[in-house]
Amino acid sequence: MIHSLFLINASGDIFLEKHWKSVVSRSVCDYFFEAQERASEPENVPPVIPTPHHYLISVLRHRIYFVAVIQSEVPPLFVIEFLHRVVDTFQDYFGVCTEAAIKDNVVVVYELLEEMLDNGFPLATESNILKELIKPPTILRTMVNTITGSTNVGEQLPTGQLSVVPWRRTGVKYTNNEAYFDVVEEIDAIIDKSGSTITAEIQGVIDACVKLTGMPDLTLSFMNPRLLDDVSFHPCVRFKRWEAERILSFIPPDGNFRLLSYHVSSQNLVAIPVYVKHNITFREGSSQGRFDLTLGPKQTMGKVVESVLVSSQLPRGVLNVNLNPSQGTYTFDPVTKLLSWDVGKINPQKLPSLKGTMSLQAGASKPDENPTFNIQFKIQQMAISGLKVNRLDMYGEKYKPFKGIKYMTKAGKFQVRT
Amino acid sequence: MSTSSAFNDEKGGSSSVGEPEYGHDPASGGIFSSDYKRHDDLKEMLDSNKDSLKLEAMKRIVAMIARGKNASDLFPAVVKNVACKNIEVKKLVYVYLVRYAEEQQDLALLSISTFQRGLKDPNQLIRASALRVLSSIRVTIIVPIMMLAIKEAASDMSPYVRKTAAHAIPKLYSLDPEQKDQLIEVIEKLLADKTTLVAGSVVMAFEEVCPERIDLIHKNYRKLCNLLIDVEEWGQVVIINMLTRYARTQFLNPNINESLLEEGGGGEKTFYASDEDEDEDEEKEKKAEAVTMAKRKPYVMDPDHRLLLRNTKPLLQSRNAAVVMAVAQLYFHLAPKAEIGVIAKALVRLLRSHSEVQYVVLQNVATMTIKRRGMFEPYLKSFYIRSTDPTQIKILKLEVLTNLANETNISTILREFQTYIKSMDKDFVAATIQAIGRCATNIGEVRDTCLNGLVQLLSNRDELVVAESVVVIKKLLQMQPEKHSDIIKHMAKLTDNIQVPMARASILWLIGEYCEHVPKIAPDVLRKMAKSFTNEEDIVKLQIINLAAKLYLTNSKQTKLLTQYVLNLAKYDQNYDIRDRARFIRQLIVPTEKSGALSKYAKKLFLALKPAPVLESPFKDRDHFQLGSLSHLLNAKAGGYQELPDWPEAAPDPSVRNVEVPEWTKCSSREKRKEKKVEKPFYSDSEGESGPTESADSESDSGSGSESGSGSEDSRSGSESDESKEASESEEEEEEEEEDLKKKKKKKNEEKQLKKPVQESESEQSSEEEVRKPERKSKQNKSESESESDEDEESESESSESESEDSEDSEAELKKKKKVAPPKPAFKAAKKENKKEKKEMSLLDLDDFEPAPSPQVTPVNTFLSNSLVTDLEGLSLSDAALMPATIAPSSALKSYELLHRITGEGLSVEYCFSRQPFSPDANMVAVQMHFTNNSTSDTKSLHMEDVKLQSGMRVKEFPEIELLPAGETATAVMGIDFCDSTQAANFQLCTHTRKFFVSIQPPVGELMRPFFMTENEFKKEQGQLMGMNEITEKLTLDVKCRNEHTIVQKVTTAANLSRVPCGSDKECSTPPPPPPPKHPIYRFAGRTVTSSSLVLVTVATKDEGAAQLTVNCEKMVIGTMLVKDILLALTQ
Repeated sequence: MIHSLFLINASGDIFLEKHWKSVVSRSVCDYFFEAQERASEPENVPPVIPTPHHYLISVLRHRIYFVAVIQSEVPPLFVIEFLHRVVDTFQDYFGVCTEAAIKDNVVVVYELLEEMLDNGFPLATESNILKELIKPPTILRTMVNTITGSTNVGEQLPTGQLSVVPWRRTGVKYTNNEAYFDVVEEIDAIIDKSGSTITAEIQGVIDACVKLTGMPDLTLSFMNPRLLDDVSFHPCVRFKRWEAERILSFIPPDGNFRLLSYHVSSQNLVAIPVYVKHNITFREGSSQGRFDLTLGPKQTMGKVVESVLVSSQLPRGVLNVNLNPSQGTYTFDPVTKLLSWDVGKINPQKLPSLKGTMSLQAGASKPDENPTFNIQFKIQQMAISGLKVNRLDMYGEKYKPFKGIKYMTKAGKFQVRT
Repeated sequence: MSTSSAFNDEKGGSSSVGEPEYGHDPASGGIFSSDYKRHDDLKEMLDSNKDSLKLEAMKRIVAMIARGKNASDLFPAVVKNVACKNIEVKKLVYVYLVRYAEEQQDLALLSISTFQRGLKDPNQLIRASALRVLSSIRVTIIVPIMMLAIKEAASDMSPYVRKTAAHAIPKLYSLDPEQKDQLIEVIEKLLADKTTLVAGSVVMAFEEVCPERIDLIHKNYRKLCNLLIDVEEWGQVVIINMLTRYARTQFLNPNINESLLEEGGGGEKTFYASDEDEDEDEEKEKKAEAVTMAKRKPYVMDPDHRLLLRNTKPLLQSRNAAVVMAVAQLYFHLAPKAEIGVIAKALVRLLRSHSEVQYVVLQNVATMTIKRRGMFEPYLKSFYIRSTDPTQIKILKLEVLTNLANETNISTILREFQTYIKSMDKDFVAATIQAIGRCATNIGEVRDTCLNGLVQLLSNRDELVVAESVVVIKKLLQMQPEKHSDIIKHMAKLTDNIQVPMARASILWLIGEYCEHVPKIAPDVLRKMAKSFTNEEDIVKLQIINLAAKLYLTNSKQTKLLTQYVLNLAKYDQNYDIRDRARFIRQLIVPTEKSGALSKYAKKLFLALKPAPVLESPFKDRDHFQLGSLSHLLNAKAGGYQELPDWPEAAPDPSVRNVEVPEWTKCSSREKRKEKKVEKPFYSDSEGESGPTESADSESDSGSGSESGSGSEDSRSGSESDESKEASESEEEEEEEEEDLKKKKKKKNEEKQLKKPVQESESEQSSEEEVRKPERKSKQNKSESESESDEDEESESESSESESEDSEDSEAELKKKKKVAPPKPAFKAAKKENKKEKKEMSLLDLDDFEPAPSPQVTPVNTFLSNSLVTDLEGLSLSDAALMPATIAPSSALKSYELLHRITGEGLSVEYCFSRQPFSPDANMVAVQMHFTNNSTSDTKSLHMEDVKLQSGMRVKEFPEIELLPAGETATAVMGIDFCDSTQAANFQLCTHTRKFFVSIQPPVGELMRPFFMTENEFKKEQGQLMGMNEITEKLTLDVKCRNEHTIVQKVTTAANLSRVPCGSDKECSTPPPPPPPKHPIYRFAGRTVTSSSLVLVTVATKDEGAAQLTVNCEKMVIGTMLVKDILLALTQ
């Protein structure tokens, strides 16, 4: 399985290495660097690179390459999924997963990696378990450790390893018992030149933050579970119950976790909350182009579309732009040709627009491609699919928890072609 | 502050490592600049008494290791702290040790005793971590210690420690592969472990150490399937991958019928062909016998196969992409075509994940779309490309879109492609053009549209786009050049502008190839090219030479000089390929006195019609690699890749998975069976359980699956249960011995379980419930059923002599159960001990009575039947009533060809199943062979040798025939114990001069012998063989065989069974609906030759020739095959 792991930063330095079997020389990464050089963009480095004696499987997260070295046949997704889990764990432990954070906590990182793999095979990857084995660093604990000489390594075998509920430790205690659920839906869409929808689907997740004492057994039911077309669960969800009654029944892990992610069946027409009017033209022979972009709300069910951000990769021929936003601010990077316009809220009375000219390379022919616009937005208090949580019940414990549900709709991969 | 000081250290980078950071510890303060001394401070800290200092030092050392700095010189100082009390220090010391032990073997040995102590620690965490570190130290000297530790840990109480032991196995194996055999023992032991914690790890060990030992899986197969959902996600991936391979070796291809249909000729034909042709071209038949056997019977999915599919399906909902992919590949490789669709949705979902995941998933989807396009068609839009996708993802999506293109969706896809061509990502644009080319070749309707579109691209401003279009157009034009000479002309003009070598070469080739279509332009192009020849790329130069040669051959008048000029230029080229080509072509096309015969054919050589290229997906045929594997992704075999085996032609014996039924399954199955027994009077005559006939094309939902699952348990119980009374004495003895042995072995287990006999049922239930999910029936129900069934047995035993035999039988049955399922309480055996002896007596008696059933029984039969006939004539039974029962065995013996006289060089051999008992061994089927010597010379010493058999099968050879004179015939009888399977017995037939490879494959009907029983007995036995053991088929009788005589004859010809006299006692003695007399029911009984398992056949006729055929046999395979054969016989 996984032989070694190298962490490589954006400038190509190996800043951490860990070996689970015999030591593999870091020169093996040269093959990776080669591939990196060949790739035009950082994300175009092939995830699997064969070398004469090893295979390198890498993921890119937070501008760090996590390069796993393996020696023999293994499902590539197995390694990729594991590496992502490592990143998630780091993020969970240190808040961010940056080179600095990893370097600052190198010992914890090492201990974590040691626990997560044994001989290259995953051992403990549940964050609840790991947190019992290795306490996440907090400023307070660091202070306490210094004074008392105690450590951030758990003394006890995490009970979860042996309990029926491997994702939850026993003896959880809170004074305020609370359970929050965020229903977040993202709209993935491609809108074509004329404004008609080519493809649109809704991907949703329910993220939970559960801080409940003891071993609560929760059930969450929906008003309209039929909407959910394809779901994937946290291992805690009882699958049979869902199959039979369309009810989510589970003993939650402690803390933050993703309860389920779902896909709303594509039969349903997806309401597109914003529309874009655009007019981008390059005239043959002239070194000027016209740029005109207007945004407007479409099907928002009375809610405000906010945090709107439009970004676009302009054609290479564009030297600079001279635009005038009716609201918000815009930036244009003449090197990467990246235009981004931070719009903010869309006011239906006064539609935001961005108008002006683009200056093109003199003498060059007009670019034959038109830019696509990537749009981001948020709509609070609404799940665009109409999904509604019916009720949340708790069994197994006596206290009354505080429950909260929040809905939000966001743009996922929302593209407008021009 | 301890951590924060480490931080600073890190931030400073390598240069600051040596700087003093431990201001709080004045004792160790000091500046050491040189590398050599640099670690002295750390050593000092490690030697101090303060844990905090040690910890600090260790942290810094680990940080060094993490950065890949060498810290090996600290080894002695660190290893001293291996016994440190502080857990964190200890952990970090372990980290260090594992890293450097290999380099410092001698010093590492100092630490071993600490781990050995740790292995005995009462705390499981410490035991586990001691084992973990001990096994991670790669020092060969400690191999024996590791072996010992692993063995011990494998039987540890704590599953966590056992898991660690499983992890340690591959470590030891990689250190010393010679330990393999011992390690396999440990693996075998751990495979039997029932905790989910261990399952994944041990299968991992299995895969690394002994993936070829598939036999170790048999006994654990069902357990693994059932545990799967509760295993942690990483284990799931490994187990699913392993089970995919396992299933490929054990089950039949569920799509076999489909592939037959694809082969042409249609399923129907092959279905019947074998029987019709049997007499005429038996020769051909023989060769393909194995194949036809498989073809003839419609596919019935093994319940274990179904179990696997059913239990993996929910895992498609896993959040772990690797698990989803594993299930997807399992379905792709193992599921019937109709059921594969379910994976599409889950795979499409994964496309939302990280780009690396997308990359892998798309690769696999691309392979899948080639084989099963329909499955992803509904998700076409999910593969549409966004401008933000990384190029490698775009190209893969494009691949999938191209694979999905067909007549109906091509217009949408092309519209999409049009957008892509405008993209800024030029690699992607090039790939899109290729994709358009592929769509055009695959879908004829859009070829012209595509071609026009591509021609328009020729005027694109981007050279890359143009070049790619030229290449693709070239390929397309090759398909129908004559229609498109204008396009060729257009392209000829492009040579002035396009600089991309590949495109230039393509244009030149095109002009050369079709110079007859553009006779005016071609020489001109050559002229231009000759001018620029020296500046061209090699690939273009070669094409210029080609063009010149072709023009010379077609239009030498205009181009002779030009050609010679070009050839001269090429003669002095730097590239030897080009020089060679020039020389070669000159010889070939320019006629000289020396030129050989070849130059006459130069025109043919150069202007041969070239087949149009097939634009194929690079993913074609990739599915011979297991999907989801690294090898598949790279399209090259990775180290350690286990080939996915082909489906077997005939399924290996499914009973291997029964052999040692873990007690929980066994209990539940027993209980289940008993439930059935109780239910039987109410339901038996109705539909019956649908389990075993579930075929490939039946619905896939889990509901039906669960039923078949329960059925499979039943089958297990069935094969355990009924033991025959006919079993020969010798076998009985063997059994005894075996049992004794087993008993000794299992003593320990049994002692644990030994409880008051009275509570037996109770304890069984509870043990069952521990493991089993409480979905079963309630306790009361069970005990009730059990007691009832007991009563049943007892009450029946009174009725008649045969009945009492039966109850003895049930004793034997119990005994057998014990044998098969060892962990049964010993007291039971003890209790039965005296009874057993008694029973053996009775068995002896039986044996005396039974061995030759057909000749002895059948007379009785006739006698009975004749009287019956007279008795029942008034009841409108036809007069021929039961005659065939006696006639059949002797008449209508079908003979099969063993050796044709042509292949046998004059010797021809036929064989038939004589249906006589084979006297030397009652477990063998007698095969009568007729040798005919058609040749002109004598054949001497005719004998057989080199018998190749499936395990368990035996052969009694026929006595050697010394001399077979020319034109004479001889007969010999041999006996074959087929072990109740239709596997062929292969052997060599030898004469004094030649050897012939021959094989005998028995029809299933010959694997049994008639067995006489009364109707009541029949019904009773039938009641015990319900569920999976019962197979029911509805049929319409052929017009010719609607009368009793033919039905009975057909059945007895198809299978060696005896008719059960019917109507002798009141039909209404059994509660279920008494069948109206005008629809008679025919019953036949037999026992299989080897295991003496009952085979019960019922043909219930209904109106208008409709009938229902029921076969009850505990050997399901036999049952299913028998149904097919009888069905065929009756419907013909």
